[in-house]
Amino acid sequence: MTTRDGSTVLRVEHLTMRFGGLVAVDDLSFEVQRGTITALIGPNGAGKTTVFNCITGFYRPTEGRLALQRGDPAVWQALEALTDSGQRGVARPEGALFLLERMPDYLVAQQARVARTFQNIRLFAGMTVLENLLVAQHNPLMLASGYTVLGLLGLPPYGAAERAALDKARHWLERFSLLDRADDPAGELPYGAQRRLEIARAMCTDPVLLCLDEPAAGLNPRESAELNELLLIIRDECAISMLLIEHDMSVVMNISDHVVVLDYGVKIADGAPEAVRNDPKVIGAYLGVGDEEVARVEAEVGL
Amino acid sequence: MGAAQVAGARIRARLGEALRDTALTTLIALGVFLPLVGFQTTTDIRDVLVITTRWPLLFTLVGSIAAVHFVYALIVAPRLERGAPRLPQRASATAANILRNWFIPFAVAFVIVYPMLVVLGVGFGGAVRWIDNFGIQILIYVMLGWGLNIVVGLAGLLDLGYVAFYAVGAYSYALLAKTFGLSFWILLPLAGTLASFWGVLLGFPVLRLRGDYLAIVTLAFGEIIRLILINWVSLTNGYAGIGSIPRPTLFGIPFNADDNGFAAVFGLEFSPLYRVLFLYYVILALALVTCFFNVRLRRLPIGRAWEALREDEIACRSLGINTTNTKLTAFAMGAMFAGFAGSFFAARQGFISPESFTFLESATILSIVVLGGMGSQIGVAIAAVVMIGGTEIMRQLTFLKQIFGPTFDPTQYRMLLFGLAMVAIMRWRPRGLIATRAPSVFLKTRRDISVDLVTEGRG
Repeated sequence: MTTRDGSTVLRVEHLTMRFGGLVAVDDLSFEVQRGTITALIGPNGAGKTTVFNCITGFYRPTEGRLALQRGDPAVWQALEALTDSGQRGVARPEGALFLLERMPDYLVAQQARVARTFQNIRLFAGMTVLENLLVAQHNPLMLASGYTVLGLLGLPPYGAAERAALDKARHWLERFSLLDRADDPAGELPYGAQRRLEIARAMCTDPVLLCLDEPAAGLNPRESAELNELLLIIRDECAISMLLIEHDMSVVMNISDHVVVLDYGVKIADGAPEAVRNDPKVIGAYLGVGDEEVARVEAEVGL
Repeated sequence: MGAAQVAGARIRARLGEALRDTALTTLIALGVFLPLVGFQTTTDIRDVLVITTRWPLLFTLVGSIAAVHFVYALIVAPRLERGAPRLPQRASATAANILRNWFIPFAVAFVIVYPMLVVLGVGFGGAVRWIDNFGIQILIYVMLGWGLNIVVGLAGLLDLGYVAFYAVGAYSYALLAKTFGLSFWILLPLAGTLASFWGVLLGFPVLRLRGDYLAIVTLAFGEIIRLILINWVSLTNGYAGIGSIPRPTLFGIPFNADDNGFAAVFGLEFSPLYRVLFLYYVILALALVTCFFNVRLRRLPIGRAWEALREDEIACRSLGINTTNTKLTAFAMGAMFAGFAGSFFAARQGFISPESFTFLESATILSIVVLGGMGSQIGVAIAAVVMIGGTEIMRQLTFLKQIFGPTFDPTQYRMLLFGLAMVAIMRWRPRGLIATRAPSVFLKTRRDISVDLVTEGRG
């Protein structure tokens, strides 16, 4: 898998999510390129987390198609056939294609390999940092333990698999500078470290697409700069595509390759960070006014 | 202003506060006990309800409550307050190590030699009662506690109907052994399998329920099983129960006074002690197997997934864990051990009836798990010894009759003592006797986790 070959890893088409009479996301379409960071921004209540929940299978979208591909981009050609077949996905030796809207949440993580973090951190607080990372490797370990039977008997394949899992956990702990806290309960870590741990835990699932819901929320400027660096390293070294929701514009502008702006569930801009930053529609959405009034309001507030 | 004056004022203030407090408590006690103790209704010879009053008893009760509370408010409460602002204590490493390195081997050795000690202590005749009432009875509950610990302690699923699986195991053994004449050793795994099947059957409909709702449904499930046992008379013989259930044998050698019985085969004089000894070691082995499974499972992915499920179900799903299967395996595993214990119970008693599987049993097992500290093996074992052993000791305290008169029955007060023990535990150790969680894996040092951080589970 090469880093940036310009191919698409996630294609969101006509995504609509209604809760009763409320349209949280309205006919949203965008693409995530392989090996890039795509930021999803917008004012509060714009529907960003709803999009995340649809992609990761926590919500079943009312309408739309969410296709994720890994391996050889040629697999994309199977998309229409797959959509008609009613199957959840196709997995071939050279690559795989999944329709995320048809999969329950745990299969999105397990088979399509989409990992996510949460806006309000969701760690296993009473388990150690290391245990958190081992829980993330549940599925391969479960297989190695022969669905518990071989593991109970203490047969060697499981021992080897567990050592490999520990090595992987150690690798990510080192990366996120959490190694010296490995045996501490996750709930005892400071806030910034908990944020990093949640990302490390997501990385332990070997994701193809990493969805980060406000990773810099509550971080101080120094921590947030460190996080930027870390995310860029992950993107470049591990060939991982990222989708992130973020309010901190320093993060969005510094690291994202592509920005999608939502307002009231509708996409209002889509493009490179610089272009989006100067889009009057976007500025208007953040200021809470229509785009024809932007110039007046900007002058008023002294921008 | 001398120091003596300041001290005097402080004492007066404290005295006043204690008096106010005591007056309030006395009023509450009077309000509670006036209808409960003050009045008594009895039917007289003509079958008419008459009300009688019991003022002396009422006033003694309220008076003693007032006195005790006054002493507490004046002397004990200020001291507790002074020592109160304690930091949430970090689990002491040395205490945990002592427990792990010394207590456990000692405890295991003790339970293995316990029957010998009893025989040496009270002789051949009296030993049966001690091994049966204390040893076997406690070990059954230790095993049930460890089994329920998987469901409640590890997976965080509050199960109030655990006794249903115990009943399934007992009736499976009783019915299959009587109908088909199969031996205990074949039926033991079969009873476990059947019970875990029922565990999965219960698991399916309740998967979407959490916390209180799950507790209510499991409670109902326990009652349903009991009512079926009562009402399906053609199969279960209803209230009358099933009697003369075949006893377990040692490789086909029965423990009876016959010529081919255990005593005769080994050239010993017949004694019921041999069977009790045999049963003791069977339940000890079963309990140790349960413990081994528990310890082993915690270190396997499934055990970690159970604990992760208790901590945060949504995070589990985001990591690709199939929470449905994980919950079902927890139910099935817990139920399986209850099934083993149930079939042992039927084989030991030789008689079972729905009476043995009331909600009170579920409550006892659950309180053993909660008092012991959810998820802690040692805690559960200690709690079982205290709760069940305590009940049995109450039965043995016949000397109290000489003090309180022949109508005094100490066993009737055991619920009162349970209640007191519960209140004491809730006051001083709200998360159970062993309030730490040992991590299942570590890189450098194993540091126990204070239970303050561990979620109790809302599953």
